[in-house]
Amino acid sequence: MPATELKTPSLAEAARLMTVCNACRYCEGLCAVFPAMEMRRTFTGGDLNYLASLCHACGACYLDCQFSPPHEFNVNVPRVLAQVRGESYAACAWPRVLSGLFAHNGLATAVIAALSVAAFIVGFVAWHDPSALLAAHVGPGAFYRLMPHNAMVAVFGAVFLYGVVASLMGMRAFWRDIGAPAGTLTEPASLWQAVKDAATLRYLDGGGAGCYSADDKPTDQPRRYHHFTFYGFVLCFASTCVATVYHYVLGRAAPYPWYDLPVVIGTLGGIGLVVGPLGLLAAKVRRDPVLADPSSFSMDVAFLVMLFLTGLTGLALLVLRETAGMGLLLALHLGVVLALFLTLPYGKFVHGLYRLLALVRYAREKRALAGGTASD
Amino acid sequence: MTLDRARAVDGLRVVDHPRRYDVVVAGGGNAALCAAIAARRAGASVLVLEAADKFYRGGNTRHTRNMRCAHDSATETLTGPYTEDEFWDDLKRVTGGKTDEKLARHMISESKDVLTWIEEQGVRFQPSLGGTLSLGRTNSFFLGGGRAMLNALYRTAERLGVTVCYEAEVVGLDITDGMFLSAVFASGSGLARVRASALVAASGGFESNFDWLKQAWGDIADNFLIRGTANNRGTVLKMLLDAGVQQIGDPTECHAVAIDARAPKYDGGIITRLDCVVFGIVVNKHGARFYDEGEDIWPKRYAIWGRLVAQQPDQIAYIVFDAAMLNMFMPSCYPPIVAGSIGELAQRLGLDPAVLAKTVASFNAAVRPGTFDHTTLDDCRTEGIDPPKTHWARRIEEAPFYAYPVRPGITFTYLGTRVNREARMIMADGRPSANMFAAGEIMAGNVLGQGYAAGVGMTVGSVFGRIAGREAARHARN
Repeated sequence: MPATELKTPSLAEAARLMTVCNACRYCEGLCAVFPAMEMRRTFTGGDLNYLASLCHACGACYLDCQFSPPHEFNVNVPRVLAQVRGESYAACAWPRVLSGLFAHNGLATAVIAALSVAAFIVGFVAWHDPSALLAAHVGPGAFYRLMPHNAMVAVFGAVFLYGVVASLMGMRAFWRDIGAPAGTLTEPASLWQAVKDAATLRYLDGGGAGCYSADDKPTDQPRRYHHFTFYGFVLCFASTCVATVYHYVLGRAAPYPWYDLPVVIGTLGGIGLVVGPLGLLAAKVRRDPVLADPSSFSMDVAFLVMLFLTGLTGLALLVLRETAGMGLLLALHLGVVLALFLTLPYGKFVHGLYRLLALVRYAREKRALAGGTASD
Repeated sequence: MTLDRARAVDGLRVVDHPRRYDVVVAGGGNAALCAAIAARRAGASVLVLEAADKFYRGGNTRHTRNMRCAHDSATETLTGPYTEDEFWDDLKRVTGGKTDEKLARHMISESKDVLTWIEEQGVRFQPSLGGTLSLGRTNSFFLGGGRAMLNALYRTAERLGVTVCYEAEVVGLDITDGMFLSAVFASGSGLARVRASALVAASGGFESNFDWLKQAWGDIADNFLIRGTANNRGTVLKMLLDAGVQQIGDPTECHAVAIDARAPKYDGGIITRLDCVVFGIVVNKHGARFYDEGEDIWPKRYAIWGRLVAQQPDQIAYIVFDAAMLNMFMPSCYPPIVAGSIGELAQRLGLDPAVLAKTVASFNAAVRPGTFDHTTLDDCRTEGIDPPKTHWARRIEEAPFYAYPVRPGITFTYLGTRVNREARMIMADGRPSANMFAAGEIMAGNVLGQGYAAGVGMTVGSVFGRIAGREAARHARN
């Protein structure tokens, strides 16, 4: 094995583990990592980053392994692949100068969020009558008395576009790093399979038994809470899109009544973003520390807290939008959302992008293998 | 009272365990847990005494992967039917007829029901994948392997109210006229005596007890590696035989394969196995070949090489092959030793370069042309050398050259206690014991006089474990 090509101790350890696991293969029914491993005999850094992103950290292979610590072979795949993932996220960051944000993610996110909220408060006061911040506003256009709609669109549009560009550049770097052919990304079958596998979190269930969070009894809780989080996020995003259509196409300004579509899906999404992250945070705290990579704890928590705050401030804004607290709540909500979008390409969010890409590649490899076997 | 003299128990105070149980199970693997669960489900109170700590619990079950059960039709995870008659034919063939037909047929018949029963205890199966397709019809593979299977059985046992003690090796048995009265086991820094109405001995073989191995094999046993648990010291087995239980099998009879010589003394498991004998030649420490490497297909060839290497000087051998063969077999967890020439390879292995070069040259010269196919007994063979290589013989000529050092790796032993179809131990005078039962490796010799077929060890464990638990509970509650 060309161990010299493996740039970090985590990659070297991952290569050692994959060599051990490849001689055993008892875990091949648990998830996608081990079948993908079996298609290789030696492992480059890119291969290991690919396998690391296929891993959903369910922990089943650790509990099932006869060689996990204290055995002298010291096989701990979930932890080592988490370390490799963390390093791979930082290495793919665009622009490269911001890759350090991954290392101090909790602190960076907190500072950005605080500054962002403060900027909205200052902005509301500076551009308007200071008394408007603490006054009650009702009726269509209430929000825009604090911040003009065009200003909101300009700020969030710019940040959103930046996030899209930075994420795409990161994905490009990841795809190149794992050495997958560009053509795979245009194959509908591979893409569709990957989207299905990601949307159902197919590989977070330890092959059917469940995910191991607190103890050696498998449970499906983490998957459920991840669904709350992910679909909550999607619904909130959809709510914003519908509201944008309302504004520009139908000429209807927010706020909308509680029964209107943007409010209904936004509320459901907000509930998801409160319940899901809380459940995942609880699972993270309870999790056996032997399975986790301590250096990614801050990044994981920062992302969950930001999602939770997005949901919570959004729901609070809905409930209290006709009171004098609306101004501050709006600043808080917009500040949190802006900070969330600013930090997306430099935090835990990217796991979803890279995992999806890894699943695309896996779908392709699996079909190629099945085809190859059939023609033998 | 029989106390194993090898274990220094003199001077330790024996305290009486506060509770009396219906059934005490010695051991903590598949057979023990199946017995415990079956007994508990039949209404008995059950104490499991496992010698290992929680991580190492389960003996050799930790290293298993599948079990062989008869079934009349394909299932979600099995590709086709495997009838009782076919199972019996396979067992008769691999044991060369050295089996108790009535007992074996009883086991095979019960195995059909065990296939669903074991799933009801929480064990999950998966379709056979990757390198195990050849067993996809006959053998049921545990999702996540043997330790996952054990974890499921322990969860079920504990949920049902079975008491499990870890680091609780049974070191004494009070047996009078074939009647079990109490067991003494390690408890904290001392010993405890527990009384029970019935005993299930499911504590494995004796392969980790080198004193015992050396009695059977002589000093060469020092060079053996033990593939599984270090806890199978045969303590309970020896006490039972000393107390008049009838012995079955021969102490040298065991499953021994050639494994990577760099493996740890114990517990190296599956990842140290090497099944690449057919892809090269095997030489001893003098650089000489000693057996037909192409004699037979897997699994027979796999299971004979442990004994073959045990008969070589210093119990070491080297599988030598070339670059053309490197990717034809499952890798071990250790990299092969590699060199640019045969002479250099010999130096790395500590062999005489001139001798190894001569061995390889004469082998190469003897290879006849043929069509290589490692999945059948092909026509690639040697002529004019002794021993011949009768199949898969190809010249070792493409650099770089590779070698794996191998030693005998003992998987399990067959010496055990004789049982009847109720898993009840038979005493030396032929009478069945009143309340002692055995299951798993400790009685596998009843059906496996020699030889092996993949997954049968787990069948013996689950089937006889379940029977033993049921019968022990029946006895205790009468």
